[in-house]
Amino acid sequence: MKVAITSSGNSPESLLDSRFGRCSYFVVFDTESLSTEFIPNPNKENIDGAGPASVQLVASRGVKKVVSGEFGSKVKALFDSLQIQLIVLNDIDKNISEVIKLLNHK
Amino acid sequence: MTNPPHFKGFTPIGLPEEKNPVVLHYEEYEAVRLSDFELYTQLEAAKEMGISRPTYTRIYESARRKIAMAFVKGRAIVFEGGKVYFDSEWYSCKACGCWFNHPAKEDEVKNCGLCNSTEIQQFHGNGKHTITVDYCVCPQCGLEKVHTHGVPCNKDICPHCNCAMHRKGTPHHNGFRINKC
Ligand SMILES: [Zn+2]
Ligand SMILES: [Zn+2]
Ligand SMILES: [Zn+2]
Repeated sequence: MKVAITSSGNSPESLLDSRFGRCSYFVVFDTESLSTEFIPNPNKENIDGAGPASVQLVASRGVKKVVSGEFGSKVKALFDSLQIQLIVLNDIDKNISEVIKLLNHK
Repeated sequence: MTNPPHFKGFTPIGLPEEKNPVVLHYEEYEAVRLSDFELYTQLEAAKEMGISRPTYTRIYESARRKIAMAFVKGRAIVFEGGKVYFDSEWYSCKACGCWFNHPAKEDEVKNCGLCNSTEIQQFHGNGKHTITVDYCVCPQCGLEKVHTHGVPCNKDICPHCNCAMHRKGTPHHNGFRINKC
């Protein structure tokens, strides 16, 4: 299963980015192959519609879950209709490898 | 979602002016429209509105009770832009501290979406997460439509009067007369 994580940078040491639509990178982590892919967020600088465009982007990668610090109401509704699970981490001091470690439970 | 109703409500015939109308929210109107006018199944209607089946059922039941109340008691119905309910119940995880929702409504939730712990608990709060919908309104005929995010209201033109619309509930300032186009 693929999971998207919003990241503030392009390495596993980067911290989770708390903003979904305007995060710096999306990390697509595959829980089966354990591969990670860092995708720069092309919607980062969008004045408008960054949220929905980012939903499209991660949905097109076939993710089933998204981990971030916050989701706007519109984004939540879109993910709901796509049946993609949202995970909100209030503790945004976690870095990407720590989030991946949590996802890699036995 | 589609357009809100293009009129403001109903009044019963042969009764004095109603002071206490039944307020039917837009999503309730929409639920009745989908189920009883378009004849969607509840599942299709829920999908159309982007909400879960249980939430849809809740809205639809509420709509029917309100309509029945108006019908039986001879009360007026006023449409109001209410809220959009996007549903998915939320849970918190004691083990990792995250919050997660549950979009696959049919299955029961047993594990944290992040760390898989079973130490989870449903978040109750007010029971549903709601957002208020913004409306644009025509200053001439009063037509209301759901405001398009990112489009200034005055770029929305009323199809009946060709008037530029403005945000409902916002006083129109800068010396413009609101009853003029
Ligand atoms: Zn957890
Ligand atoms: Zn008009
Ligand atoms: Zn508007």
